[in-house]
Amino acid sequence: MFDLLTLQQYWWFLVSVIGALFVFMTFVQGGQTLLYTLGQTEDERDLLVNSLGRKWELSFTMLVMFGGALFAAFPLFYAVSFGGAYYVWMAILFCFIIQAVAYEYRKKPDNLYGERFYEIFLYINGSLGIFLIGVALGTLFTGGNFVVNDLHLSHWTVQSYGLEALLNPFNVVFGLMLVFLARVQGALYFFNNVAENSITSRIKKVVLTNFILFLVLFLFVVGYILFANGYRYDPSTGVVSVERMKFLHSFMDMPVLLAALLAGVASLLYGVYIGIVKQARKAIWFTGIGTIVTVTVVMLILGWDNSVYYPSLADLQSSLTIVNSSGSHYTLSVMSVVSLLVPVVLLYIFFVWRSMDKTQMTIDEVKSDSHHY
Amino acid sequence: MEHADLLVDWSRAQFALTALYHWLFVPLTLGLTFIVAIMETMYVKSGDEKWKKITKYWMGLLAINFAIGLATGIIMEFEFGTNWSNYSWIVGDIFGAPLAIEGLMAFFMESTFFAVMFFGWNKVSKKMHLLSTWLVAIGSNLSALWILVANGWMQHPTGMSFNPDTTRNEMANFWEVLFNPNAVSKFLHTVSSGYVLASLFVIGISAWYLLKKRDIEFAKKSILVASSFGLLTSMYLITTGDESAHQVALNQPMKLAAMEGLYKGEKRAGIVAVGALNPAKELGDDKETFLFKFEIPNALSVLGYHKLDAYVPGMDDLVNGNKEQGIVSVKEKMQKGKLAIKALADYKKYKKANDSSHAEEALKTFKTYEKYMGYGYLKKPQDALPDVALTFYSFHTMVGLGFWFLLLFVLVLYYTMKDSIESKKWLQYAALFTIPLGYVAQEAGWITAEVGRQPWAIQDLLPVGMATSSVATSSVMITFWLFAVLFTALLLAEIKIMLKQIKIGPEGH
Repeated sequence: MFDLLTLQQYWWFLVSVIGALFVFMTFVQGGQTLLYTLGQTEDERDLLVNSLGRKWELSFTMLVMFGGALFAAFPLFYAVSFGGAYYVWMAILFCFIIQAVAYEYRKKPDNLYGERFYEIFLYINGSLGIFLIGVALGTLFTGGNFVVNDLHLSHWTVQSYGLEALLNPFNVVFGLMLVFLARVQGALYFFNNVAENSITSRIKKVVLTNFILFLVLFLFVVGYILFANGYRYDPSTGVVSVERMKFLHSFMDMPVLLAALLAGVASLLYGVYIGIVKQARKAIWFTGIGTIVTVTVVMLILGWDNSVYYPSLADLQSSLTIVNSSGSHYTLSVMSVVSLLVPVVLLYIFFVWRSMDKTQMTIDEVKSDSHHY
Repeated sequence: MEHADLLVDWSRAQFALTALYHWLFVPLTLGLTFIVAIMETMYVKSGDEKWKKITKYWMGLLAINFAIGLATGIIMEFEFGTNWSNYSWIVGDIFGAPLAIEGLMAFFMESTFFAVMFFGWNKVSKKMHLLSTWLVAIGSNLSALWILVANGWMQHPTGMSFNPDTTRNEMANFWEVLFNPNAVSKFLHTVSSGYVLASLFVIGISAWYLLKKRDIEFAKKSILVASSFGLLTSMYLITTGDESAHQVALNQPMKLAAMEGLYKGEKRAGIVAVGALNPAKELGDDKETFLFKFEIPNALSVLGYHKLDAYVPGMDDLVNGNKEQGIVSVKEKMQKGKLAIKALADYKKYKKANDSSHAEEALKTFKTYEKYMGYGYLKKPQDALPDVALTFYSFHTMVGLGFWFLLLFVLVLYYTMKDSIESKKWLQYAALFTIPLGYVAQEAGWITAEVGRQPWAIQDLLPVGMATSSVATSSVMITFWLFAVLFTALLLAEIKIMLKQIKIGPEGH
């Protein structure tokens, strides 16, 4: 029904949205790093953990979905990047394995390692886990050391298997930026979700400091993206070449994306503003939508407009584009039909959240609940 | 050992380790979600607070198990990329789809309604809560459906064609992949095994309360639900097991032969009910296969092919060929496979040089031998054989235990109906000690399915040696040990927490 290129662009859009939703959901991770900053008594920390505990599975699922969508739609990326940047992806996975048990086991009697141990798990997941994901996403701009042969089989050309990405300042900045964004969002989520003055009175300062740090890194990232070299392929031959200020050109070619980016950033700023000044419960919705729109645009600029979304530093012509790395026409068509479920899923998540979050959580509620983390 | 062999061994070891750990937790979730949904339905229908207490207690244990199931599960999805990179490309176009659908259809349902199930008692209506509990059960079983569709496809690839230009298999018919008979029987057999395990779990723990003479009513009510559920599902389990064996016979004759330790093919082949393999036995020699055995005559022919006098090929026939039965030897398949691999390389070469007439010729040769391509990657004919002892003992352990579970459910339900289960100490002990056996049967089932398929990642299409990522073996060794340490540490914590919760009991909740 649709031609292959349209489906490839559609699937890049879906992957971008899922990625963006994941970045939004990292408010859970950000919150995990603030347990001791915002919660000064055990009761307060329990409240914070339980507040995040209603949401953590969705952030986890979103990551799994991001992987699944990439596998189904762009299997060559799955093969090249996961199989090559081995250590980075494995480290990310370890950071998420420990998250899953930490919530459930932290307060259980006889949990073998003690409460603090599981809190450290939550902290590692929230800081190192998000940082490494940022580093990995940064390599979509800066590239990886891989070669894809004639049979489409790939290998990494350096023995550090992905750890070398940590030496690139852009990747590191990208990772730190996501960490501070997650912390801003985490703090704003608590504004929305908990009703204990002792906690909420501490949020303002946390939002402000983390936001300033985020902003500095964000401006650096935007500057880099707009003015650095990018990679483009010739749609008729598939040959990849370097182009000065490629992403700036892409924004010129697709002004809608530029407008969306500006709207996204504005929404983010507005959310932070009403969070700090008015302590508005709805601040997270503005920063959330802002984050989702901004990240989606940044991902789209990587994949659309004949771009290379994963450049190879070892062999330029091995670089991945949405055209040379996608699933077959048939599979993408089938999966596109399946993707009609996406709005259904988002809708029931929305309704469930609404019914669960009608009233803000309190320490008393956590204590009286038969099941709590 | 060569680097490539070492790499594939460590990659397999890591996958096996993570899969076996993951499988310690999943079956309980598959079954216990349904059991608590049934219990909560009893509560909503009767309005009896006792049922609510029972539901909440088992939900508490479910949560402990669920968390570590997720923790060990996330790694499985990504390992296809990290450790089986060639696999991800060569079959990713088919294999990726069910994984993505699993995420979209099942995981979101599970994780969204999981929060309602545990934290929504006072936040949503009774009916909405009950619906959420059922949706968690359906969601977790839907996720099993999609991952087993993927696994069923590995056992019996169908609905695809090989594209020489992209050098990968591409999906051609989604319905053939979904309704692959192997996938269907695998799904039904696997989820019903989860229901059986969860029933054993509930009965065993309840039996412990009876032995301790505490929480008697709670225990008896739990046993009633679990033994009814267990009896029904274990009968179903055995039926689906029969269908699974039939599918193996049709599509994976080597696996069937290994499961039964059958070296020389025969008509009216029997099943070894109990036996010990002769460790000195090798392919093609005349040594006895068994040190001792007790055999049920004709049973394998009937089980495998549903015919009394069906011929069941043995491992000797399958490796060395059998003209009489029209079985091609592995050696011959390997030769044809090598021709396919060479023709594909030629095709690529000529295509690159824009030499279309030669390219076409090479493509024609390739098409002739295409279906043997996987064999072209094997090094010697014996490589087509899985580990016989491991497959044989795992299979027999699983089947033997399956029948024991059925008997146990019959006894427990019978004495529960007669209201004399409380006084049957021997049965209570038997139920308690059967909990670990349930787990043994689960793992044995997976070993049969996966080790029996070796050397293939995808049956007859892609051997494991060709499917790995090209990373350093040392990298895989490092992550293997990290997984081993972390998962063991988490398992110990899980068991300790679980035991404590059981000791606290339903009154403490």
